[in-house]
Amino acid sequence: MSEPLLQVEGLETTFFTKAGALKALDGVSYTIHRGEVLGIVGESGCGKSVTSYSLMGLLDHPGKVTGGRALLNGVDLLSLTEEEYQKVRAKKIAMIFQEPMTALNPVLTIGQQIDEQLFQHTDLTPAQARKHSIEMLAKVGIPSPEERYSNYPHQLSGGMRQRAMIAMALALGPEFLIADEPTTALDVTIQAQILELFQSLQKEMGMTVQFITHDLGVISEISDRVMVMYAGRSAELAPTEELFRSPRHPYTASLVRSIPVLGQRVDRLPTIEGVVPSLMERPDGCAFQNRCPYQTAECAQAVPPFTELSPGHFVACFHPLEAK
Amino acid sequence: MMSFILRRLIQTLIVIGALSFFCFYLMSLMPGDPVDMMISSNPNMTSEDVSRLRELYGLDQPVYKRYLNWVSTLAQGDLGYSRTYRVPVTEILGPRLWNTFILSGLSLIFSLLVAIPLGVFAALNQGKKLDYFINFFAFAGISLPSFWLAIVLILIFAVQIPLFPASGTMSVGTDMTSFEGFFDRIKYLILPTLSLSFMSIGSFVRFTRSSMLEAMRNDYIRTARAKGLSRSRVLIVHGFRNALLPLITVVALSFSSLFSGAVITETVFAYQGVGQLVLASIQSNDFNVAMVSFMISVSMVLTMNLVADLLYGVADPRITYV
Ligand SMILES: Nc1ncnc2c1ncn2[C@@H]1O[C@H](COP(=O)(O)OP(=O)(O)OP(=O)(O)O)[C@@H](O)[C@H]1O
Ligand SMILES: [Mg+2]
Repeated sequence: MSEPLLQVEGLETTFFTKAGALKALDGVSYTIHRGEVLGIVGESGCGKSVTSYSLMGLLDHPGKVTGGRALLNGVDLLSLTEEEYQKVRAKKIAMIFQEPMTALNPVLTIGQQIDEQLFQHTDLTPAQARKHSIEMLAKVGIPSPEERYSNYPHQLSGGMRQRAMIAMALALGPEFLIADEPTTALDVTIQAQILELFQSLQKEMGMTVQFITHDLGVISEISDRVMVMYAGRSAELAPTEELFRSPRHPYTASLVRSIPVLGQRVDRLPTIEGVVPSLMERPDGCAFQNRCPYQTAECAQAVPPFTELSPGHFVACFHPLEAK
Repeated sequence: MMSFILRRLIQTLIVIGALSFFCFYLMSLMPGDPVDMMISSNPNMTSEDVSRLRELYGLDQPVYKRYLNWVSTLAQGDLGYSRTYRVPVTEILGPRLWNTFILSGLSLIFSLLVAIPLGVFAALNQGKKLDYFINFFAFAGISLPSFWLAIVLILIFAVQIPLFPASGTMSVGTDMTSFEGFFDRIKYLILPTLSLSFMSIGSFVRFTRSSMLEAMRNDYIRTARAKGLSRSRVLIVHGFRNALLPLITVVALSFSSLFSGAVITETVFAYQGVGQLVLASIQSNDFNVAMVSFMISVSMVLTMNLVADLLYGVADPRITYV
C-alpha cells in the first residue's frame, strides 16, 4: 500500500460556548493514502463537518482544535498560522461544501469566484485566468462554459452550481480534496450525475479524497475505505467491502443491517433504537453504550481505544463482533 | 430597465400630485388668507375692497380650481411670489436650498466615512471591548438631542477654543468664487455638519455592524476562506460587498431625513437653510414658499427611494427590473 498522504491522530476539537466547553471531536483518527477515496459516515451532528473544518483551519468562532495532529505530507496542519494556511488552502487542500445554494457568493459571477483564487495563488494574467476557469467549467461538464463564466450563481440550477463548486475546488489542482456531503442537497437524478462526474474526475486526476456523506449507498459506490464516526469519535475504519460484509462495531453492524438492500440509496442514515447522547453529557466510557446490545460494566469505565483488530480494520469497541 | 425607471417616475409623479393636492387643501384650511392680513394691517379697507382683492387673487374660487390654477402656473415654471419677502420664490428659495443641500450632503458623506469603518470594526471585534466602546458611542449619537450637541459644540469649539464661528453661513462680503471664499464657507460648515452628523453616524454604525455580522455568517464566507484568499479580500470582497446591500436603502432614505432634519441645526447655528425658511413661511402664511418647499421635500424622499431601488439593482445581481 502506498504511503499515507494524510495522517490524523487523536483529533480533538472543542467549542467554547457560553454554556460551557463542548467537545465536538474527542479522538478522531484515520489515514488517507495517496489516490484513495476515504468515505466518512455518521449521523447528523457526529462531527463530520467539524473534522473537515478542523483540517482546513476553518472552524467558526468559539471552536478550537484542542488536541491531536493532522500530518499532510508530514506537515502538521493543526500548527499552521492563518497566513500559512492561506497558502495551503485551494493549492494543497480544497473543499466542496454541502449547500451549493449558499456556498457561492450571490453578488459575484461564477468566473470571478474561480478567478480570484488563481490571482491569489498564481501569477496568471486576467486573460489567462479566464481561459483556465472556462476550461475548468468545461471539464466539470457545464454546457456553454463561456456564458456560465459570466453568470451569477442564481442563474444556475442546483446541479450546475455544484459543478461550478467542483470546478472551483479543482482549479488549482489540489492534492487533497474534502467533499462534505456534496450531493445531499441535490435531487436524486442530479445526485447520480454529480457522483459520476466526481468519480471520473477523481480517477483522471488521481486525487486523494475525503468524502463525507449520510448515504451508505453513496459511500459503498465511491469509497475505497470507510470510516464510521459516532458522537465525535472514530468508531470503525475498514476497506469498504470488508466494512459492509463484516462490520465489527455494534453501531456499524446496526447501520449495515438496517439498509434494505445493499447498494440502494437511502437519504438519511437508518434510525437505530435510542438517542445519540448530546455532546454536553457524553457519558464516561463508550458513547454508544446506552444503545448497545452488548453493553457491559467495562463500557462505562473507559473509552474503548481505536485498535487494529485485523490488518487495516480498526474498531473502537471492547466487545467487537466476530469477523465474518 | 428603462421601462422600470419610466414606470417608477410616473408613479412618483402621481404620488407627488396627490400629496400636493392634499397639502394644498390643508393649507387652505389654515385660518387667515393674505387678504385677511391686508385687512388687519389696513383698517381703512372697505368690504368691497376685500371682495375685489379676493377675486383678484382667485381666493373666492373653490379649492380644486385654485389648485388647478396653481399647478398650471407651476407647470409654466412660475413658482409664484413670496408674500413675506415680496420676491419670486425661486430667488429666496434657491440659495437656501443650495445651502441646506451642501450641509446635508456634507454631513451624509462625513457620517458614512466615519460610520462604515467603525461599524465594520465593531462587527469584526464582536463581543470585545472595542465593540462595546463603538456601540456605546453609536447609542450616544442616536440618543443625544442634536440641539444639545450643537450647543456643546459651539461652547467648546467656538467659545472656549475659538476655532470656528459660532453661527452664520459665511462671513459678510466674502467673494464666494475665490479660494478664501471657499475656505470661509468650510469654516462655517464644520460645526453644523458635525452636529447634524452625530445621529446618522450612530444609526449607520449600528446598521453597518449588524449587516456586516449578518454577511460574515454566510456559508460563502467559509467558501472564500477555503480558497485561501487573504483575510482582507474575504472581508471586503465577500463580507462587506454583501453587507452593503441593506445599507444602500438606509443611506439613500436617510439623506432625505437629513435634509428635513437639518431644521434644528440650521436654527441653532443661524444657518441660512431651507428648514428655517419653511417653518417661518408656514407660520406667516407665506403660501407659495410653503407649498414649493413642501413639494421639494416630498420629491426628495420619493427620488431617494427611486435612487435606492436603482442602486440596489446595480449592487445585487439577483434583482432584475421588469
Ligand atoms: N459553531 C458551533 N458552536 C457550537 N457547537 C458547534 C458548532 N458547530 C458545530 N458544533 C457542534 O459540533 C457537532 C458536530 O457538528 P457537525 O456539523 O460536524 O456535524 P455533522 O456530522 O457534519 O452533521 P451533518 O451531517 O448534519 O452535517 C454538533 O453536534 C454541534 O453540537
Ligand atoms: Mg455537516
